[in-house]
Amino acid sequence: MPNDPTRVVVTGLGATTPVGGDAPSTWQAMLAGRSGVSALTDDWAQRLPCQIAARAAVEPTTVVDRVQARKLDRCEMFALAAAREAWADAGSPEVDPLRLGVVVASGIGGIGSVLAAYDTLKEKGWSRLSPFTVPMLMPNGSAGWISLELGARAGVHTPVSACASGAEAIGYGIDMIRSGRADIVLAGGTEAAIMELNIAAFAAMRALSLRNDEPERASRPFDKGRDGFVLGEGAGMVVLESESHAASRNARVYAVAAGAGYSADAHHIAQPDPDGAGAVLAIRRALENARVTAAQVTHVNAHATSTPAGDVVEAQAIAAALGEVAASVVVSATKSMTGHLLGGAGAVESVAAIMALHDRTAPPTINVDDLEDDLGVEIAVKPTDLNPRGPEPMAVINNSFGFGGHNVAVVFTAA
Amino acid sequence: MAMTQQEILAGLSEIIDEIAGVPADEVTPEKTFVDDLDIDSLSMVEIAVAAQDKFGVEIPDDQLKDLKTVQDVVDYVGRASVSA
Repeated sequence: MPNDPTRVVVTGLGATTPVGGDAPSTWQAMLAGRSGVSALTDDWAQRLPCQIAARAAVEPTTVVDRVQARKLDRCEMFALAAAREAWADAGSPEVDPLRLGVVVASGIGGIGSVLAAYDTLKEKGWSRLSPFTVPMLMPNGSAGWISLELGARAGVHTPVSACASGAEAIGYGIDMIRSGRADIVLAGGTEAAIMELNIAAFAAMRALSLRNDEPERASRPFDKGRDGFVLGEGAGMVVLESESHAASRNARVYAVAAGAGYSADAHHIAQPDPDGAGAVLAIRRALENARVTAAQVTHVNAHATSTPAGDVVEAQAIAAALGEVAASVVVSATKSMTGHLLGGAGAVESVAAIMALHDRTAPPTINVDDLEDDLGVEIAVKPTDLNPRGPEPMAVINNSFGFGGHNVAVVFTAA
Repeated sequence: MAMTQQEILAGLSEIIDEIAGVPADEVTPEKTFVDDLDIDSLSMVEIAVAAQDKFGVEIPDDQLKDLKTVQDVVDYVGRASVSA
């Protein structure tokens, strides 16, 4: 239905990631198959079994001014940088503040500020804590700062679902517009967790790659030699807008944000359900919510983190959910390049999925030297053309799963 | 040795530039922190802590709330450093 007020389109993109300081450079780096992973040279890293990570390509302090940076956690700086880019990319739309919402997620929030503040407390006492410590550490801080900057007053929300958070934020944003609460929503996710405690804690779970001697080769989803994920940092943002509002201002439309699906594993606090039932259900519900058939789906940006357990289960779940077309669905794991941005992952990977749809090209999955058997889907190992199978608009899916058993799938269709 | 009002103002201006990004030439005695310099109460706490360190004086919270202008702080620091 043209100009349907409940149809939601994407009119702006923003990202700051380990492979690029903005969305266009991130997308170009992904198409070029560039890794953002490097060795950690910090003293603390030398005490840990994992000494690699994917740091942001551009330091956020070069984007956020010095005085504001004093009040911000690193994850809030990433969020503001990506939000400003997405907002400008959308043409800085004029919108009633009461109809403008913000949904920005994080997996952990301002953990760097927690750690620094605790050191200050122990060494110098309570009076030396920054008065901004609480807004720096609260997970909703990024959403709050973006709301302040844009004057957004329709509502400010922060879904927290570990590594599914960024995708869940986009799903929530779609629902805000569909339910009539907003005309525009800035939605996404952010994370800044490359610190000793977090790397140590993920190492204690045996979740991280220990391929310290080959950082760029460490994140290798769907490869038989994968041994864990690589921690990344950064943020991704999208501007979601009702189709009627976008049409009224002749906005450029990247894609239709067609819908989202959710499920929960109720299997284990941190391990995927080996039969993948929750992932299948989330994908099916997303297609239903988006009113899209499996035959329209040509590409999936997989959650695939490069852990031994998760990747194969996910590929098989995609195959099961999409049925007979699955063998021709092109699956990409961009975490092979960016590492795992936790609460930022679903947002950055939605940006990648939207660009894949827009450019009709799936990005490569790098480091696949020895592809896993029996995946049931095609894994893109080089940039791969995407073509619609019929007259219906082409659709792509972003999968994001999180500790806690969260499964989220977001569907985008061609504008 | 007691500081002159000029020395206190210069030191305070440095702190305000560092914490709130207000250039030193805008920090003049009659300016109010909230209305003229657009400094919120949380940043004011930071400025007070930095001033305590720099000038070696105590600024208790019940005194801080009465320090509305730049001159108020200069006067307070001048008195407190003499009695210290």
